[in-house]
Amino acid sequence: MKYKEIVSQATAEWTEMTSGKVPLIRIGTAMCGHAAGAFRVIKALQEYLDSTELEVNIQEVGCLGLCYAEPLLDIKKPGKSRLFFNNVTPEEIEYIVDEYLINEGYPKEKVFGYIGEEGPVNGEDSLESMPGLKLQNRIALRNAGHISPHDINQYIANGGYAGLYKALTDLSPSEVIDEVKNSGLRGRGGAAFPTGVKWSFLVGSPGPTKYILCNCEEGDPGAYNDKGILESDPHTLLEGLAIAGYATGASNGIVFIRHGHDGPIERTEKAIEQAYALGLIGNNILGTDFNFDIEVALTGESYVAGEETALMEAVEGKRAMPRFRPPFPAAFGVWGKPSNINNVKSLSYAPEIISKGADWFSSIGVNKSTGTAIVCLSGDVNRPGLYEVPMGMSLGEVVDDLGGGVTDNGQLKLLQTGGPLGGVLGPDSKDIHIDFDEMRSAGAIFGSGGIIVGSDKVCAVDLTRVLVAFCQFESCGKCFPCRLGMEHLLEIVERISDCASKPGDMDLMKSIGGTMEAGSLCGHGQLGFGPIRSAITHFEEDFRLHIEENRCPTGSCDRPKIVPKNTRPYATDHIAGE
Amino acid sequence: MTADKDKLRTRIQQAIQSQKRPTVTVLSSLLAIQDSMGYIPEEAIEEVAVHSNTSINSVFGVASFYPNFRFTPPGEHSVEVCWGPTCHLKGATEILESVLEKLGLDSEGDTGDGKVSFRFNTCLGACSQAPVISVDHELYGNAKPDIVSNLLGSLYEKENLH
Repeated sequence: MKYKEIVSQATAEWTEMTSGKVPLIRIGTAMCGHAAGAFRVIKALQEYLDSTELEVNIQEVGCLGLCYAEPLLDIKKPGKSRLFFNNVTPEEIEYIVDEYLINEGYPKEKVFGYIGEEGPVNGEDSLESMPGLKLQNRIALRNAGHISPHDINQYIANGGYAGLYKALTDLSPSEVIDEVKNSGLRGRGGAAFPTGVKWSFLVGSPGPTKYILCNCEEGDPGAYNDKGILESDPHTLLEGLAIAGYATGASNGIVFIRHGHDGPIERTEKAIEQAYALGLIGNNILGTDFNFDIEVALTGESYVAGEETALMEAVEGKRAMPRFRPPFPAAFGVWGKPSNINNVKSLSYAPEIISKGADWFSSIGVNKSTGTAIVCLSGDVNRPGLYEVPMGMSLGEVVDDLGGGVTDNGQLKLLQTGGPLGGVLGPDSKDIHIDFDEMRSAGAIFGSGGIIVGSDKVCAVDLTRVLVAFCQFESCGKCFPCRLGMEHLLEIVERISDCASKPGDMDLMKSIGGTMEAGSLCGHGQLGFGPIRSAITHFEEDFRLHIEENRCPTGSCDRPKIVPKNTRPYATDHIAGE
Repeated sequence: MTADKDKLRTRIQQAIQSQKRPTVTVLSSLLAIQDSMGYIPEEAIEEVAVHSNTSINSVFGVASFYPNFRFTPPGEHSVEVCWGPTCHLKGATEILESVLEKLGLDSEGDTGDGKVSFRFNTCLGACSQAPVISVDHELYGNAKPDIVSNLLGSLYEKENLH
């Protein structure tokens, strides 16, 4: 089928669904919705609708970004805008359906706001005028919360695969790479390396088999934007992967996801199946001579598997331990073939960059950080969420304007950014802007986009202990400075937290940190001292109180320390074959 | 006994062969077995080694590396609690205390009656709803110790959570 026929069919379906006679109920079922109880709400909704004569179309959608309002449900009646209801419980379904769909009344108590060209419903505020949506500029997440991730036609009806079509019909592979280079897009996995330049490394590598790997390991506590994209709009990633494949001459794409994250896995696999069925991936894509296959590979639980060479080991089915470099992946990657590893977010920008052009993308953002930042805002903040905002927004705006300030009218004490290997910033960090380079010079990294807010009830030593415990738990064990260093660092931080530190502990930690930095193969060991270094810099007073006055300023450290006992819990107490 | 063992091996082989993804590896086979049986029996290590044409040691090396694999049959229900930094700030310690007390455990493991398997999870992926727990793979966000008590209590009282 030709692309234009696919589009007109998809558009007709979309128009019928959104403007037809049947009311349309959409409900967010990304991880945030799931944890808030969305599936329990859907069950209650279906059961209640079955008991009535109503004909209603229910669609699961992804995350609109307002995670604090989940479960977030909206009803679109014919000719009216979408009316949203927030924090819906199964018990409230009857009230909402009765009032809005049966009695033609109005469930005032549960209304959150409206979105739609049809204008206000009952004079309610537009959700888009609230800071949570107004301050966002959604590119990678443009469809999240609006379309069903289960239906490729909904994606196509909203401009999906237009970027791939344009690339294949109007642009040469090198023009695609130039476009991505000119857009200024930098890798969103943490290293912020220019994506177009990375792609160009693969171009000259010999084929025919070359891989584009997409990294959705996302084991960082505090980050959920990769999973958010896959759950909300998996096709935007598949389209980006195919564009990268065309640009670099690759033959295969692999989406690498952590086992256990069922939502992203199921939705991506279904999306791949649907894209094959329409000829948008596979052989002779859209009638051209471009062939590109995509599959999902799963990893077991391992944070280090997100490191690009360890990722390749895991794809090959081995232990996720980093490889020596060189050889670099572009020369010798997965299964020994040339490979290129990109983060989900980086690839998900590609369709829009190709559709709308490099200039459009580079006009968003600041300095050498173009485009948007996808922020996972969590912790002690009133409105935690998944916000896609232009690069250059200050951390203060993120916490106060998007996040609605610190919970319980507390004071901001710290911001933990860039995942567990990132850094901890103090309250004076509000003026720092989300800009890869500015954050790095402030001693933190933007990393994959997690920002954890800590109020004045948080003890910096206690939080550091948990971060170090995580890094110790996740050390793969290949390099001894990381394997032993992390264990030693944890031991020291634990005794500081217990107010039982020994003289010289601070210097000892710095010395261990230096060895880890110098003697580890991958970022896990090299950056493993980062959380402690930044915590010591910004929260010296917290450490001093534990060490000199034997007390924790917030009492957090007096609670029991409940963490996993071993790095690899089941490995040590069972030997196969016995 | 031999018949049981044969049955076990058949189940393992079925799990290995029913993988739908084009690329089959040691890790993918182990994950498929874990998904279908809930654990990795010793026989599975051997079967995967034979199927992947590699050594038992290499297969066990992979299985023991990833903490999501277990080597004994799991309890009827699974309970996981996230201990990541966001959940920690939002009260994971209290949740963990409550879960451990309710289950009579002092750390990761199975209850004496084999009813519940408890494990730590480094990230359940819903930090905006922290603290998060998972009971039989259903997520519960903004968890409070009393809700945890009710959830765990219902595992024992009713059998409707299967």
